[in-house]
Amino acid sequence: MNPIFTLPLVGDIFSYDLWVIATASLVGALCGVLGCYLLLRRLSMLGDAISHAILPGLAGAFLLSGSRELVWMLLGAGVVGVLTGVLTAGLHRVAKIAEDASMGVVFTTLFALGVLLISFAARNVDLDPGCVLYGLIELTPLDTVSLAGIELPRATAALGAAAIVVGVVFAALHKEIKLVAFDPALAAALGLRPTLVHIVMVALIAGVSVVSFESVGSILVVALLVTPAATAHLLTDRYTRLLILSTLIGAASGAGGYFLAKRLDTSTAGCVCIVGALFFLSAALCSPRHGVLSRLARQAALRLRIGREDILGMLYRAAELRDTGLSTQDLRQGVGASTAIALFGLRRSGLITMHADTWRLTEQGHAQARQFVGTHRLWESYLAARLGLPPDHVHAATHRAEHFIQAGVREKLAAELRAGQPSESPLTDPHGRAIPGP
Amino acid sequence: MTKLLMSDLLRLITLQDSNTRMVLLGTGALGLAAGVIGALAVLRRRALVGDALAHAALPGVCVAFLVFRERSLPLFLLGALVFGVLGVLTMNAIRRFTRIKEDAAIAIVLGSFFGLGIALSGMIQRMPSGNRSGLDGFLFGKAAGMVQADVTLIAAASGLSLLGVAALYKEFKLVGFDRAFAGSLGWRVSLLDFILMSLLAIVTVVGLPAVGVVLMAALLIIPGVTARFWTDRLAPHLALAGLFGLLAGLFGSALSAVLPAPQSALSRGYPTGPLIVLVAGTLFAVSLFFAPRRGLLARWTTARALHRRIDDEHLLRDLYELHELRTPASINQLTTHRAWRSGPLRAAISRAQSLGFITHVDNTLALTPAGRDKSLRIIRSHRLWELYLHEHAGVAPDHVDRDADLIEHFITPELLAKFEAQLALGDGDALRTGALAGVPLSLHPPGTSTDEEPRR
Repeated sequence: MNPIFTLPLVGDIFSYDLWVIATASLVGALCGVLGCYLLLRRLSMLGDAISHAILPGLAGAFLLSGSRELVWMLLGAGVVGVLTGVLTAGLHRVAKIAEDASMGVVFTTLFALGVLLISFAARNVDLDPGCVLYGLIELTPLDTVSLAGIELPRATAALGAAAIVVGVVFAALHKEIKLVAFDPALAAALGLRPTLVHIVMVALIAGVSVVSFESVGSILVVALLVTPAATAHLLTDRYTRLLILSTLIGAASGAGGYFLAKRLDTSTAGCVCIVGALFFLSAALCSPRHGVLSRLARQAALRLRIGREDILGMLYRAAELRDTGLSTQDLRQGVGASTAIALFGLRRSGLITMHADTWRLTEQGHAQARQFVGTHRLWESYLAARLGLPPDHVHAATHRAEHFIQAGVREKLAAELRAGQPSESPLTDPHGRAIPGP
Repeated sequence: MTKLLMSDLLRLITLQDSNTRMVLLGTGALGLAAGVIGALAVLRRRALVGDALAHAALPGVCVAFLVFRERSLPLFLLGALVFGVLGVLTMNAIRRFTRIKEDAAIAIVLGSFFGLGIALSGMIQRMPSGNRSGLDGFLFGKAAGMVQADVTLIAAASGLSLLGVAALYKEFKLVGFDRAFAGSLGWRVSLLDFILMSLLAIVTVVGLPAVGVVLMAALLIIPGVTARFWTDRLAPHLALAGLFGLLAGLFGSALSAVLPAPQSALSRGYPTGPLIVLVAGTLFAVSLFFAPRRGLLARWTTARALHRRIDDEHLLRDLYELHELRTPASINQLTTHRAWRSGPLRAAISRAQSLGFITHVDNTLALTPAGRDKSLRIIRSHRLWELYLHEHAGVAPDHVDRDADLIEHFITPELLAKFEAQLALGDGDALRTGALAGVPLSLHPPGTSTDEEPRR
């Protein structure tokens, strides 16, 4: 039994590991919410840009204030973070540089400046580059503050405060953020100041980056700002659900990453990214509507249905013309690769039987095929009579459309074609064959 | 101190120090290749792919170490290259098979691969054999420690990628500007894209040990964007991007070798990577402001000259219109005639005065004969355009003024002649022609029309 399963989850709620999990989940949830905005604005790399660009802000704030207090760090990072957003947008708008390129210019230059500033005061600053990159979430519970009599890890408390701020902003600006995320131009036309909303969001992202920095490092912030939101985007088409799902997936990545890291005995930050990526991979494959596998399954089901309907049609026509059945070989020529599976299914549902190597319709199968062939001929007649297609051009078009004509449409077609004809005479298709009734 | 600096500089310029020579060669070659390849990536709107690639290469280094249990640079680079290409393929797969857009695909690959790299490097660190295996070097780069073998490798990779660009120049050009057209010619656009991204990966990977992850991205992006300010043609663009990359590499390394080490620094001198990037950033800033035509300064001056010309022409036209109305033109009168702001109005008046177009006596402005000639030309443009709009585009007389106000400054003499021919304006046409030959009467004379609101 692996030791991680003996974690005291019940009882001792202030256990060390639980705080680490809580911290990782909080980072995940916070980044998850904010990432939705970036995803919808198609600015996902802005998270990467901001989390790198705030380095000179951190270094500068330290050099000016001489302290590593969170307030100073937040101030420095907030200023530089907003500056990154503004400069990126400004270069894009004023100098006509593509948005991603201007982002790339701004944040790499600022990052270089940051590294230089740090080396400028190398002895004083204990801004360890390694810590900035991957953080030391495993150690967060060691550094505690006392809040209302409860001993809290400092990072967790800061993240909690950030969560409250983000929550309040999202509650207060729900409509504005939603509109700006989807359609900044419309938002501007409605008088909503999209630039202001954007700056608020950029400031929030910069703030959350700083708060998350010390615990989980910059890369984790980058990953969590995009992966949960993208995962949620694969699962839902509604904005509110996107926010909620992204938050939950972010939190789950945080917690899952912790357990994976315990198991592999390695960096929690890295494992949180991996778990987030695994969530994304599962959603990309299996999401009911947008997943790759789901899409393949839907296509296969459709192909199979078409195969079955085509087989019924072929057998019906063979019976009608020559009163014969058809061999598997004949059917395969008309239906293609899905023949074998379609035959198996039809036989199991009792729609066809086999006699002396030829397939024939059962009574039940005949009824269904009659309906299907009826639809085919109705559509052919409609194309010829109402749209004026020549009789020798209607078959191919109908062969594709016939699988998608529903019962209601079929009845309307029949009524339309019957209008103006004596009701007793049977309808015939352009090739002169009778159209079987329902 | 100064003497020390001078001797350092001398040693640098004469390339006496073999270490400095290596570093300069290496960073210069890297900057050149990264500039050219990066410029192509920027044109393909894939500026940040280089950044993602640089991050995605990290797990490759770890895997190479885990597989071969050996700290050898070529093996590390091979691993990095494999994972870099894998990252590109993953990006393409996400974009192609899911609804996730390019930007998010890049960020997902960056975060996930780098996270994997960090997890792997954490595992390596906890293994008995070893301490990070020089992985941190890949994150931040150590250009100053470059040796001959590194330089050979960088030069080879740079040469290879430049050859690739030269061989496929026509293809990259077309794919960069018109993907759909390239596809319609039967070219395998996705294959070409993949080749470009692979070249990008090669350059990125050899650059990692020198300048590190983030600064490698800078070398790929900044020169390409900078070159865009100077030219609109692809070949000069690529050449300039290469040149800017080269300059950034050379000057950055030179600065780091020459600058005196900061007092408190533990290491010797400033780190090379950030200095290279800051040089590139400076080149960018200089181009942003001072490039001819596309630079901000050039655009500002062009825009300012245009605004001035428009103001000048408006002033002359206003004076003529007031003259037509037999109203004495004072500054107050002008501001009721048009929504002038006082600063630009005074500036326009003093410009017109110094050119001898108007006189300004006792707060009364009057056109000189030269000014009258010039104002006639402007008012002809205005009124002919109004007439044209009215007669040929069916615009109502009280709607033509604003439009003509905007366009009158851009009507060439040839166009004017065509208007006159079209409108068949003769001296005998008393209804449309005013007292002055060739100048039609206003379609909306003040006081007679409904156009009573103040004009802007």
